[in-house]
Amino acid sequence: MADDSRRDEPEVTERGVSRVHEDPSAPVADAFAEVAEEQLEAPGLEPEQEILTLNMGPHHPATHGVLRLVVTLQGERVIDLKPIVGYVHTGIEKSCEDKSYWKVIPFVERMDYLAYFFNIEAFCGCVERLLELEIPPRAQYLRVIHMELNRIHSHLVGLGTTALDLGAISMFWYCFRERDQILDMFEMSGGQRMHTRYFQVGGVFEDIPVGFEQKLRQFCAVMPSRLDQYEALLDRNEIFLRRTKDVGVVSRERLLELGVTGPLLRAAGEPWDLRKSPGYLSYGDFDFKIPVGTVGDGYDRYRVRIAEMRESVRIIQQAIDGLPEGPWIADDRKYVLPPRDELSTSMEALIHHFKLVTEGFRVPPGELYYSVEGPRGELGCFVLADGSSKPARVHFRDAAFVNLQAFRDMCVGGLIADLIQNLGMLDPNLGGIDR
Amino acid sequence: MPDAPGLELIAQGIDDGRTGTIIETSVEHGAATLIIDPEGVLHALRWLRDTEGQGYRFLSSLHAADYLPHTPRFAVHYELLCRERVERIHVKALLEDPAAGNRSNGVAQTPGTPGSEAEDAPGDAGLPSIDSCVSLFPTAEFQEREAYDFFGIVFRGHPDLRRILMPEDYVGWPLRRDFPIGGEPVLFTHNEIETPRWFE
Repeated sequence: MADDSRRDEPEVTERGVSRVHEDPSAPVADAFAEVAEEQLEAPGLEPEQEILTLNMGPHHPATHGVLRLVVTLQGERVIDLKPIVGYVHTGIEKSCEDKSYWKVIPFVERMDYLAYFFNIEAFCGCVERLLELEIPPRAQYLRVIHMELNRIHSHLVGLGTTALDLGAISMFWYCFRERDQILDMFEMSGGQRMHTRYFQVGGVFEDIPVGFEQKLRQFCAVMPSRLDQYEALLDRNEIFLRRTKDVGVVSRERLLELGVTGPLLRAAGEPWDLRKSPGYLSYGDFDFKIPVGTVGDGYDRYRVRIAEMRESVRIIQQAIDGLPEGPWIADDRKYVLPPRDELSTSMEALIHHFKLVTEGFRVPPGELYYSVEGPRGELGCFVLADGSSKPARVHFRDAAFVNLQAFRDMCVGGLIADLIQNLGMLDPNLGGIDR
Repeated sequence: MPDAPGLELIAQGIDDGRTGTIIETSVEHGAATLIIDPEGVLHALRWLRDTEGQGYRFLSSLHAADYLPHTPRFAVHYELLCRERVERIHVKALLEDPAAGNRSNGVAQTPGTPGSEAEDAPGDAGLPSIDSCVSLFPTAEFQEREAYDFFGIVFRGHPDLRRILMPEDYVGWPLRRDFPIGGEPVLFTHNEIETPRWFE
């Protein structure tokens, strides 16, 4: 089901431990380690006396949000780590239970605020399956285009901020330059730059406007060369290589045990991508590959994300070339708002409009878990419908929330500087983790 | 998902190992569901994970839900995935609410209401409980903590069962259906005098 050609057996190194001695960028750490070892051997000193427990965050620029890490250090070496989350918990899942289905969409968008189209797709897809509502092919293609743009956008932010943490500030500006173009396109189609509420139950809110296609093609033509530029900046950058190579390696089996999905798992050599699973939007129509890494270190994670952006550009190009004509939203008046022009002529349309806007549509009792491949991995949504116009339970399985469990395995035994790199390559989004 | 006969075979296989584990099977909206006895959850999950030809080795999601006013009230959902065949199976363990009848559990308490300490008593008496599956699927650790945090479902044998998203000293189980929305007094400077014992 996937591209196996690049897949080698991953070499699992001792989580950066052996690396330190050959790394000239960490002489201080070596000195500390030696001192620590000497002191440990000295009589009358307990090992606990060398251990320092440090609180990183919640307000720390390198934690990409409000993540608190309780780190236990011996010298500069991390010997234990506990992530503590919940600082931006806003009870979105609870709030959703008090909103009719179409009003839930703006809430769930704001969970993982870098992957908003994926959040809506998970929710809308779930409700559509509960309603057994078919969405037209044009809507599927438009969803694919927006989700892939969103994936590029999310990877760009992740890459830019990670590179910033590693000392490459220019990457940040370049990444945000391309991100801005994507946001411009979202503004054209949905009216807002972020949290556009563009996807609806049944399709998309509106057809893409005039000029969108041209701008999209322009972007697709430029983006690969921009990616070349990023690679020219980072691929053989000595600082970047030393900070990322062989750091934070976790074996593929352990990642699978911990439920890690997305680029982290693919970097470890596992070609697992839900986009290749059958019947998920119209991804079957497109020719794309699943990039995988070999070692699973920070460098592979970076390479996988860059390669994914290239594949996303290819998907967008194919989708815009093959964009089918036709309606962009399902024609079921029980669930979908009638066209605006019908309201002044058709009594029935007016009634439907009134019912949909005031009460919202009702979903027959049932429950379903539906998942999409988000930029951070499997983004799942569970909706429990009790027959009313409000969901009885909305649960999001956020990929970053589950992936964060692997963070301890990545960091223990490494240096505290590697912790920053690992966190950047983990690419968590605290809005999604805390919901 | 496995088709309907396949699902029956799975149910039969699980039930052979421990009679009475499977309560019901259903196929709805393209998802196969096994409703199981909560006491047999580890048996069912282990069977699905380790049996030759099944291979549901990936737990993609674990979440809880509150079905008030139905009984049994709670359910823990396990979304298992076989990555080789890209097949999902949904396992649902229904849990009775031991505190049914003497309702005060889970209702929002204003901070400092007398008696709130008694309900937050250690030992989690009066809470529904189920075996933790962390030993089978280490990925469940955070998700079981989340279910405990929001619904007060105790996972027996969990290595570190604490609240994860809500504050540690929080009282009540916020995602239960009888927990009111807006029940949390928000502290501002203009109401800090009226909000009783806000400083505790």
